Amino acid sequence: MADFDQELDASGLNCPLPILRAKKTLTSMETGKVLHIIATDPGSVKDFEAFAKQTGNELMESREEGGKFHFLIKKA
Amino acid sequence: MEQKKLAIIATKGSLDWAYPPLILGSTAAALGYDVEIFFTFYGLQILRKKLDLKVTPLGNPGMPMPMGMDKWFPVLGTALPGMEAMMTAMMKKKMADKGVASLEELRELSLEAEVRFIACQMTVDLFDLNRNDFIEGVEYAGAARFFEFAGESDICLYI
Repeated sequence: MADFDQELDASGLNCPLPILRAKKTLTSMETGKVLHIIATDPGSVKDFEAFAKQTGNELMESREEGGKFHFLIKKA
Repeated sequence: MEQKKLAIIATKGSLDWAYPPLILGSTAAALGYDVEIFFTFYGLQILRKKLDLKVTPLGNPGMPMPMGMDKWFPVLGTALPGMEAMMTAMMKKKMADKGVASLEELRELSLEAEVRFIACQMTVDLFDLNRNDFIEGVEYAGAARFFEFAGESDICLYI
């Protein structure tokens, strides 16, 4: 996995909390910084794709590992 | 790109139906939408300082019941005293177990994300409600105020 600047563990949270928490964290970050999000909600895979597409933040990586979903989002 | 707008009318005041306006409103705000929610009739309950919303299986054949009760329990049984309180407690526990946000949390996140809440003044008068019973940051207005924003919206939902 690529480097990241900040991490957000949204494990156990259900829709729409992972997205809302991610948005809040990204707001406090500088442009170009990367946020690593960990989630257990299977719906978050499509949701983070849609989130990136609509907000312009880049979804650099999306993968499943050990029953958890990992996302890397670069702040636009 | 011009900011998209979402207008929602929230008309229902039960625990389950309070979720869609708050989930959609907060999520849209996170996606960069400008959001307004107009609370009218029973939807005003969602704005109370102290939320005490209930869910009932009464008249709701789509509601899954624990232990297969919906299969063998007579419809009339859902009207029994205590049934509503029991189902509400079970629903709240289930939501907490599954990591579903509480209504208080979603409401707070919505306000933080600058979702605007508008309470229907006519309903406040109709039910003799008191503005002091509602949370801070609510605007009180009528139907014309809703259309001012809804008329310009990209998405308009009646819930």
